[in-house]
Amino acid sequence: MKIGDLTELAVRNLREAILRNSLTTLGVAVGVASLVAMLSLGVGLQQFASQRLANSGLFNAIFVASRYNAGEYERRSRQNQPADSSTPARPLDESARREIAGLPNVNEVYPEIRFMTEIRYNDKPYPTMVAGMPDSARTDGAFDGMQGKFFSGPNADETILQIEFAKELSAQPSALIGKDLVLRYAERQALPAQGASKTASAGNRDESSVGGGFSVVPHEEKLRIVGIISTEPEGGFGAFGRSRVFIPLAVAETLSATQVSDLRDVLNGSSKTSSYASLTARVKSPTQVPQVEAAIKGMGFTTFSLLDTTRNLRLFFTVIDLLLGIFGSLALAVATLGIVNTLVMAILERRREIGVFKALGADDRDIKQLFFAEAGVMGLVGGIGGVALGWLIGKGVTLGTNIYLSRQNLPPVNISAVPLWLALGAIAFAIVVSLAAGLYPASRAAHLNPVEALRYE
Amino acid sequence: MSQGNNGVAIHADNVSRHYQMGAALIRAVDDVSLSVGAGEFLALLGSSGSGKSTLLNLLAGLDRPTAGAIVVRGRNLAEMDTHELARYRSLTVGMVFQAFNLLPRMTLEENVELPLRLAEVDRADRAARVREALEHVHLEKRLAHRPSELSGGEQQRAALARALVNRPTILLADEPTGNLDSATGEEIMLLLKSFNQSMGMTIVMVTHERPLAERFAHRIATVADGKLISVTTKPATECNHENR
Repeated sequence: MKIGDLTELAVRNLREAILRNSLTTLGVAVGVASLVAMLSLGVGLQQFASQRLANSGLFNAIFVASRYNAGEYERRSRQNQPADSSTPARPLDESARREIAGLPNVNEVYPEIRFMTEIRYNDKPYPTMVAGMPDSARTDGAFDGMQGKFFSGPNADETILQIEFAKELSAQPSALIGKDLVLRYAERQALPAQGASKTASAGNRDESSVGGGFSVVPHEEKLRIVGIISTEPEGGFGAFGRSRVFIPLAVAETLSATQVSDLRDVLNGSSKTSSYASLTARVKSPTQVPQVEAAIKGMGFTTFSLLDTTRNLRLFFTVIDLLLGIFGSLALAVATLGIVNTLVMAILERRREIGVFKALGADDRDIKQLFFAEAGVMGLVGGIGGVALGWLIGKGVTLGTNIYLSRQNLPPVNISAVPLWLALGAIAFAIVVSLAAGLYPASRAAHLNPVEALRYE
Repeated sequence: MSQGNNGVAIHADNVSRHYQMGAALIRAVDDVSLSVGAGEFLALLGSSGSGKSTLLNLLAGLDRPTAGAIVVRGRNLAEMDTHELARYRSLTVGMVFQAFNLLPRMTLEENVELPLRLAEVDRADRAARVREALEHVHLEKRLAHRPSELSGGEQQRAALARALVNRPTILLADEPTGNLDSATGEEIMLLLKSFNQSMGMTIVMVTHERPLAERFAHRIATVADGKLISVTTKPATECNHENR
């Protein structure tokens, strides 16, 4: 029989016992819904975690340092030997920063600026660590859920406080927003090189200061508190970790605050230019990290990224998805028993009809295909219904979660997702499982003796 | 004479169909040899349980003989595989039953269309073929009716249309008037006779009504206890008279 006729007859047969077949199909739908709901939560949580981690900037970031910083400088100094690498080590200076920024797929390159400071608020001193934040942090999710707002501009004299530090300043941290504080820090002022005039001005990180050393002068900067963040951006990793006061990176660069790298530059007399302790290169996508990392290494720097951690995360979620899929499939397995039962009942009821079909020229294969088609239609309809139901369950769980989160004053999240591959895969799985369930009844129907079937009352 | 002068349509050679029922061996058909000519109308006459329906099922390819051969168009049905037998039932023979066996959920049109679906006839040709078959039995105006909305005679006529729709050369009828009153039965027999005469269709009809068999069939094969007892031929003059 042609596929069109098979499908038509199968749908007609299913319509005839509409209640029983609808209940069986509903069973398939519930099974598929359970599978889809489980996997949608698995996929949703994976996407949520990946997005949060991606937003944290850890997985599309490459931390770049000069080889001189990584102990090589000491070894080289001790042994008076060049770096044992095919690419010679080079200073991580402004030209290197520009060169890295020019690499394909690199969004931005910024230095680590972090220094000790004393905050004065209400005429009381509070020592702490300050970090410069790039403007890209505005959109990368690191400051999601903060009180107040992000810096109004890259050069704004504004600050964001970490909540624990804010609590030290005031019993009501949120009341700090809009207030001013004073940042006291050690400004580096250039000393002229031997034989050169003392012309270097404050805040000017000129080349002569390195060769000739620098003096440290206390300086103050007035900043307005615009936000309070409850978690540390980048989770304590890299530049911003352990810092409790954040200011725009461009502002931090103009302050010329003394940093550890300045001492190293003075000691490392081989360099005539100012250099960075480390740089962070932001890549467009985590998948592009390896290529960019290789290119930077080729330029003579050491690099570090958390790409391997991402791979482990994917493996973890794959295992979780597998387990959720197995549990979700249990309901579908039960539903297949319903299909077997329905089709076996149909054989008993339609025994005579099967005999007529055979008397009129139906092959065993035609009968088998007809019952297969009926099982397949139940699988298809149940699969489509199940995907819709599973999607709704996922949305319901997300809604319930968000209601709970909103009561905890936390931002809403999306923890369920039904991507196209999951929807199509679930429908295909439902059809395959239904066909497998129809295997025995279809075979039994096909092998009915037509003479006995025609005699059946 | 319309009797099979054009050759043999069906030849049964020492055909047996035995069943094992516990310790007992049931000889439903026992060593029957019979030839049916092309265009012949043969009646298989016998009492209930004589084995005539079993023999008809063997001729229809619904059952396989335990021994012997049934040759149709030069091919032995006993040697055909299930697929070939299905093709044989679909295209070479048409069957009508005492209980009509129309599918109650389908309309008349769908019932008659069913053999065309099974024979994979193009959808575009089906409507005309169904209408043509129903015109033969004068039911072309009842296309959309379900079997339950028809009388017994109409249902049997519809079953005849279904048997004819694939244009078979052999029609096998198992007690076609068994569930009908005498007037309606007569109607059906006249239709069978007309198919036999106008289309040259070979007809093998199972019946237990001798008068019916004597009136319409060219030959009467009498079966008892699974054995062929006798084959009687109607005189040619009688045949010609009936054919008029």
